Amino acid sequence: MSASFLFSQFMGGLTTAMFLFLIASGLSLVFGVMRVINFAHGSFYMIGAYLAWQAVQWLHPTGGGFWLAALFAAVGVGILGALTERLFFRSLYGREELYQLLFTYALVLILGDAAKFIWGTDQLSVSTPPALAGSVQIFGTTQPLYTLFIIAIGPAIAFTLWLVLNRTGAGRMVRAAQMDREMLDALGANVATIYTVMFALSACLAGLSGALVTPIESIVPGMDVLIIVQAFIVVVIGGMGSLWGTFWGSVIYGQVLSFGILIFPGFSLFSVFALMAVILIVRPWGLFGRPL
Amino acid sequence: MLEVSDISKSFGGFRAVSSVSLTVDTRQIAAIIGPNGAGKSTLFNLITGHLRPDSGTVRLDGRDITGAPPYRICRMGIGRSFQRTNIFPQLTVFENLQAAFLVHYGRGRNFWARADALYRDETAALLASIGLAGQEGTVAGTLSYGNQKQLELGLALASGPAVLLLDEPTAGMSATETHETIRLLERIAAERELTLLFTEHDMEVVFSIAQKIAVLHQGHIIAEGRPEEVRGDPEVRRVYLGHGLTHAQ
Amino acid sequence: MTVATTTAVLRRRATATTALRHRVFSGRVPWTLVVFIIMATVPWIGSRYDTFLAAQIVIDALFAVSLNLLLGTTGLVSFGHVAYFGVGAYVCGILMKTYAVPFSLAFPAAGLGAALFALISGYFCVRLIKLYFAMLTLAFSQIIWAIAYKWNAVTGGDQGLPEIPYPHLDWMSAIPGFADLSIGDRFYLLTLVLVAVSLAVVHRVIRSPFGRVLTTIRDNPERAAFLGINVRLYQLAAFVVAGGFAGLAGALYGIFSRGVFADFVFWSKSAEILIMTILGGAGYFWGPPVGAAALVWLNQAITDYTQYWSFVLGAILLVLLFGFPGGIVGGLDLLWQRLKRLRNA
Repeated sequence: MSASFLFSQFMGGLTTAMFLFLIASGLSLVFGVMRVINFAHGSFYMIGAYLAWQAVQWLHPTGGGFWLAALFAAVGVGILGALTERLFFRSLYGREELYQLLFTYALVLILGDAAKFIWGTDQLSVSTPPALAGSVQIFGTTQPLYTLFIIAIGPAIAFTLWLVLNRTGAGRMVRAAQMDREMLDALGANVATIYTVMFALSACLAGLSGALVTPIESIVPGMDVLIIVQAFIVVVIGGMGSLWGTFWGSVIYGQVLSFGILIFPGFSLFSVFALMAVILIVRPWGLFGRPL
Repeated sequence: MLEVSDISKSFGGFRAVSSVSLTVDTRQIAAIIGPNGAGKSTLFNLITGHLRPDSGTVRLDGRDITGAPPYRICRMGIGRSFQRTNIFPQLTVFENLQAAFLVHYGRGRNFWARADALYRDETAALLASIGLAGQEGTVAGTLSYGNQKQLELGLALASGPAVLLLDEPTAGMSATETHETIRLLERIAAERELTLLFTEHDMEVVFSIAQKIAVLHQGHIIAEGRPEEVRGDPEVRRVYLGHGLTHAQ
Repeated sequence: MTVATTTAVLRRRATATTALRHRVFSGRVPWTLVVFIIMATVPWIGSRYDTFLAAQIVIDALFAVSLNLLLGTTGLVSFGHVAYFGVGAYVCGILMKTYAVPFSLAFPAAGLGAALFALISGYFCVRLIKLYFAMLTLAFSQIIWAIAYKWNAVTGGDQGLPEIPYPHLDWMSAIPGFADLSIGDRFYLLTLVLVAVSLAVVHRVIRSPFGRVLTTIRDNPERAAFLGINVRLYQLAAFVVAGGFAGLAGALYGIFSRGVFADFVFWSKSAEILIMTILGGAGYFWGPPVGAAALVWLNQAITDYTQYWSFVLGAILLVLLFGFPGGIVGGLDLLWQRLKRLRNA
């Protein structure tokens, strides 16, 4: 087992981690403020991927316009999120959490079939943007520039989110909403708007990650379900509602997946759920979360 | 009967209850009074097992019950009514009380009998004695606030306690309702030979039925004794001055 | 939920649900018996496809009722109930196929096996609150799925266990009128009887003092503790009973499907059963069976026209959540109450 092989695995783990972080951060954010797990988060991710593909088709059928497409995807899904929250989700706030969860599941069902209807069931793909199409040699391994980009963007987004949450007035309101919604409401803050914005932002992040994954993975029906399970696990490990928890949870998960497969091949399927179960039993609020 | 010795509880750096000692004799009616935030509810929670004390003990009839889980403390003979009404909203009034009896008589492990048929007489009797006769079929969650408080009391009584802890039993009640509740409590305490410990803001209530009063302030007991003694205590007056006491003279 | 919303929800559920309403239409007609008789005549008056659907409804009804013991009676939201269904299916299937154990032993063994797994997993689950509880049940359920998928030697892995034998039902020929029935029809009738008995037992448990204690835990666990109830112990007991009956349903399903496969245990089945339960009405004992019938029927009706069944299911769920939180039986109940008021007015 050479050093360069280990390094390859490590980089692979980091790439997975940063992708997951991009997606899971939105999930964690929504949970922190609204105390609900959005099952449809994976669906937003999938729609983002499809929208990006669609935009690329419209702009330059032969390829190119990737960044615009990604922006289109992020904004598009963000709007979808805002509309969903405003029109439907809002009326469910006083009700039992089960109803809210079921609503997000209904969204999964609806969006899943809607995507199939609009884009069919064939695998689609988007080519890597030319600026990042090359690769570099590090430690005797070939690292595609695009994966390096993803690895860099993870912490960048984490840091940006952290900045916004901790250094801006709006962010302060969000953190207050996380701690005590009713109090914030009583103080006259527009809690309803905060919820809509948070939901839309989280959808945006999901859509963006969906767009960014397209050069690496094909767009298929079922990608929504595959990703939401992984996002769950990450958020459980790191602690629901905690930004850095989600970040480090993703890193841990990425490496466990990467190196675990080496130890025994049947690893991933059983062990990730076992890991999730162990965390929930031993420390349900995850590494960085606070007891509910 | 109930002996609290040197109990303390801190939350983070905040000392909610500091070295509180209190004794309530059998069949005595005792009250804990004090301004908001004095630690009355925390003290109750410490006695009933909802919180573990950092130090000190709680003894019931000589037996150490410190830190035992609430369900065991209940079975040992302490009943409690809660400040925010804590009933079973989807069950009817009758079913609420019947459930309490089912548990009290140890039938909870019975998987086969028809729950409806059990303890109907006791339930009806208790209903009547707490003044809710005629409301058997009402869904508990739709009861008026006052009625919910009565049901609350009924639930505490159904467990057949020897000691009853009441957390602000007349909170939110009108003068008439308060008066009725007090009469009810007195009657029930006498009928069932209960030891009563309650917290209250309404001084008139306190001075009318309490035989012993303890004053809690910032987690400490600052006075304890018969109503006349407490009323005249200079420390108590100092603490309450400016807190808007109802006429206690 | 705040007090205001609680009373609002209660006003919406105009009538008391108590320990689970067991009869929506009060009257002389023993509806349960009528339904049973109708279901029993399906092999004679219906086609083979009708029998197939009926069997599916009956099995799903038991599965959903077992879930509702957790959801509607005890207030426990489980996302992983299919785990026990799966354990039951595999235990029965493996015993009957690999070890040639007769159904009369394999069937109860399935229930016991599922109950045992429920005891182990439940022990960890009930210590967690709401959301974490739900997630841990999901985790355990996916662990079972992963084991089923990968343990080729025992579970057949992704190939599963095809060709589970039918139980020996030759003795049924002795019953007048049964001699001409195919093995599939006979198994359906056996299933109907077994499920009917199981439902009767669950019904009895719900109306027992134990069941009543569970409803107090559902309504107010803190208060239940202060009545003298060891809440976690009772939740665990409910979990085990629910798991056991889910296992029985799974055993029947394995034989009915002529095989046990890993995707029986995928979490989407848990979601399906949850939807069935709520569609029928979680506040009523007969809610889940009604939901099972409705969903099975809807599924086969819709999939004849379109491949977008998921979309339709999602839409149904939306209508349910926003319009009819009490489910079908809840809606019927409200209608009946309104009719009664009109009649008495």
